[in-house]
Amino acid sequence: MTALEARGVTVALGGVEVLHDIDLALAAGRWTSIVGPNGAGKSTLLRVLAGLHPGRAGSRGEVRLGGAPLAALPGRERARRLSWLGQGGAGDAGADDLRVHDIAMLGRLPHQRWLAAPSAADHAAVERALRETQAWDWRDRPLGELSGGERQRVLLARALAVEAEVVLMDEPLANLDPPHQADWMRSARALADRGRTVISVLHELSVALAADALVVMARGRVVHHGGCDDPVTHAALESVFDQRVAVHRVAGQWIALPR
Amino acid sequence: MSDPRRRVRVVGGAVLLLSCALLLVGLGIGSTGFASVFALRDDPVALQIVWDIRLPRTLGAWLAGALLGLSGAVAQGLFRNPLADPYLLGSASGALLGVAFALLLFGQAAAGASPAAQWALRLGLTGAAFVGAVVAVLLTLALARGVQQTLRLLLAGVIVGVVLGALKDLVTIQSADILVALTGFMLGNTGLVGWSACAAMAGCAVLCLVAGRLLAPVLDGLALGEATAASLGLPLGAMRAALVAVLALATGAAVAQTGLIAFVGLAAPHLVRSVVKTTHAGLIVLSSAMGGLLLMAADLLARWLIAPQELPVGVLTALLGGGYLLWLMRRGALRGAAR
Repeated sequence: MTALEARGVTVALGGVEVLHDIDLALAAGRWTSIVGPNGAGKSTLLRVLAGLHPGRAGSRGEVRLGGAPLAALPGRERARRLSWLGQGGAGDAGADDLRVHDIAMLGRLPHQRWLAAPSAADHAAVERALRETQAWDWRDRPLGELSGGERQRVLLARALAVEAEVVLMDEPLANLDPPHQADWMRSARALADRGRTVISVLHELSVALAADALVVMARGRVVHHGGCDDPVTHAALESVFDQRVAVHRVAGQWIALPR
Repeated sequence: MSDPRRRVRVVGGAVLLLSCALLLVGLGIGSTGFASVFALRDDPVALQIVWDIRLPRTLGAWLAGALLGLSGAVAQGLFRNPLADPYLLGSASGALLGVAFALLLFGQAAAGASPAAQWALRLGLTGAAFVGAVVAVLLTLALARGVQQTLRLLLAGVIVGVVLGALKDLVTIQSADILVALTGFMLGNTGLVGWSACAAMAGCAVLCLVAGRLLAPVLDGLALGEATAASLGLPLGAMRAALVAVLALATGAAVAQTGLIAFVGLAAPHLVRSVVKTTHAGLIVLSSAMGGLLLMAADLLARWLIAPQELPVGVLTALLGGGYLLWLMRRGALRGAAR
């Protein structure tokens, strides 16, 4: 079953086309990674899929969520069903004064009635998300006191707290140390096992290969979309990186090493 | 969980308590001192001094400060910029230009000073100041092409402030009456604040507090970045417009009654943040109370320092606030402002 689908998506930024006529159907309940060289259009595609790309001149196409046009959904419903984690989202000094718990609770905003106090379900979801990213212990600390990796885990918890059916994450591993990268991988896998659709843009190819499916992009196009175990996918990956990487099987998992 | 929330209440309570104490002190400052307060019961002149002059101006200083503190908190969240402030954004100058226009058009008509005319004048001035503040904010935003670059936003605010200030001068020299009426405004003056001005400010303050509280979650979302806020399903465009309206109404209401008072809007949110970390809902309420306390204290100081003469409170806040801004910059507390 298809969770999220792009049909004929073309995006122009400042008069330059950065995505060319993309057709992509992402399977429900699976973890899909989007990879490709810098400037391939991965982040732009993720924004379009999240319904966050403003329709500008020269942009066309349609995104469908569960078969219905995403643009026709009310904002709050879209926000409940699609959760989005951007890259480097908390560079602002303004966020430094917000406490970790308040930030995670923002993820519940689409579920709350205006001005209503958070419900027991909201508190439970926030606690689950903060425990999942091991940020629960700092829940009363302001974001400004945390390190880059710790901040990233709080922002991840914010995205998880939405408990949406589709979770889109743009470079979620930024600033994370290896143990917490492994934790993130387990979280992504667990989400997919629970029937959620996970879509992540990743630069760490070995982490990306732990997903179910890989979308390989180059120069604004989807070059290949296939299973992570498929040798054709590995060949496509090696090809977009000019054969500068090679995919190997090590200790039961696929890893990409520089050649 | 409950601990940070309690801290917000404790800080808010402390600021309000201090404000009440200063209000009592304010009743006793003037050429007749506390003698008037003690003679309230049997001396109608003393009653008039305390009830019609000292109380409204002390309360008025608090209300104007609260409005400025609120607009500072909203501006800093909305523009995601720790230096945003009604004065630096040029909105205060726009509000003053609105006041000058209103005086030019209706000033003579209201000079009759019947109570009804007084009220109409207050409302008219507040409305004109609001319109001027909105125009100034929009001009600043257009000139800065967005809010991302602090330096550009500040430069645009300064330019808009200077140009609108010059326009105001042009309007002012049309008539000597307006010149006289506006001189007090330009220095920032609480001496002319009566009950009608207090009522106008209180009404606007309640309106702005309610609206600010309703819109506060947007500011929290925006702190995580534009796209994250949009991903939360918030109607950003409409809410931003509403926040600009709140900012302009708060600035306009304060400027229309007391003139240009610099830095209270900048300092109040910074002071609040240095004692308690909270969401924008808490920040807006606490910054209002803190702004009120600051301006009331400055007003008392301005009345007392060279008594029986008094300083225009705007001069005092400019000196104190300028020093505070310098100190903030040296401390590096304006992280991210230099980008």
